[in-house]
Amino acid sequence: MTPARREQAWAVAAAVCDPEIPVLTIADLGVLRDVREDGETLEVVITPTYSGCPAMNMIALEIETALDAAGLRPSRVVTVLSPAWTTDWLTAEGRRKLSEYGIAPPAIGAGTGTGTGGRRALFAVDAVTCPRCGSTRTTRLAEFGSTSCKALWRCEACREPFDYFKCH
Amino acid sequence: MTDTPPDAPAAALVRYVLRRADDALILGHRLSEWCGHAPILEEEMALANMGLDLIGQARALYTYAGEVEGAGRDEDAFAYRRLEREYQNLLLVEQPNGDFAATMLRQFLYAAYADPYWRAMMASTDATLAAIAAKAEKEMAYHLRHAAEWMLRLGDGTAESHRRLADALTNLWPYTGEIFAPMAEEAALVAAGIAIDPQTLCATWHDTVRQTLGAATLDLPAEGWMQSGGRQGRHCEAFGHLLTELQYVQRLIPEATW
Repeated sequence: MTPARREQAWAVAAAVCDPEIPVLTIADLGVLRDVREDGETLEVVITPTYSGCPAMNMIALEIETALDAAGLRPSRVVTVLSPAWTTDWLTAEGRRKLSEYGIAPPAIGAGTGTGTGGRRALFAVDAVTCPRCGSTRTTRLAEFGSTSCKALWRCEACREPFDYFKCH
Repeated sequence: MTDTPPDAPAAALVRYVLRRADDALILGHRLSEWCGHAPILEEEMALANMGLDLIGQARALYTYAGEVEGAGRDEDAFAYRRLEREYQNLLLVEQPNGDFAATMLRQFLYAAYADPYWRAMMASTDATLAAIAAKAEKEMAYHLRHAAEWMLRLGDGTAESHRRLADALTNLWPYTGEIFAPMAEEAALVAAGIAIDPQTLCATWHDTVRQTLGAATLDLPAEGWMQSGGRQGRHCEAFGHLLTELQYVQRLIPEATW
């Protein structure tokens, strides 16, 4: 494999979007870990986000489809568990896109327990900023939202409900 | 192929991993039985999400057990094609859902153990178990917080909600002793730093349970006789009924895929 082929394959895989949050690519999410070769076969290494996230199967399928469409074959997708993915791996670009899309990004450092996400404490109060108006006067409506990665919040200033990308 | 330390007794490790996978699968399946029946929409989503987390944890654990075993069994073989006695989950997680209070209490009692358990397992010398633990501990922290908030609402709510939660506590309490019972065959895994001694979690669990249920105006049952048998594959009658539903399609059409 030439470095150019690997770079091309990385670029193609990196452009695959999360089926649930289509503004984010798997590179933005930190899910794409490596592109390497096993003989002639391109091996794309991804890591799962939440244990039960059903989007992972879809993502693997879309990577294979995208590589095939780009003439990069044969290929296969490999899932690795370690090191475990955390929301701290979301890129700055990914966090910006999330916010623009109306989803409050996760607190920084919370995924590794070094921040102020407060997921540990039994009855902790999270401080989440409204992605629409920027107010911090927000209230949690539901801990579990429309997908594994989201909680439902409401802004008390602009009165709009919004999703919060949960710390992991 | 695996990250198992070379001196690990593989068969004991497989059984250890399967027990934790069975806990997650069976509790996840119980939660899935709520689909379409939750009292409010937010809880419909919460119960389904928690079930999904647990089934996801079970999938990773079953897959790993299959790799260590090396006999060609995959997650489906473990989840769908074993006999009742081969499942070694805690009796607590197989208890029927009962009403919403009983389901949430079962979730609270399990999460109060699973949250510190998986956090401790992040330091396992087995890299795969440590990686699974790093995900599971975050998920169980959400389950614990969610269930604990319901303990307060129900216990310190109306006379009716208090009565239901108190009844559930009386019923489920005898199944909590088994969580912390050490198993002789796991001692070598504990010594190798692969597993942890469940007794080391007992004090943390008791503190969480006492504080939360105390704040919920509930009295803890007196220490007394505890039920056991799940870790040895002896289950309550309801478990057989659970398996008939869980395994139905794979028993009817073995190896079915779609």
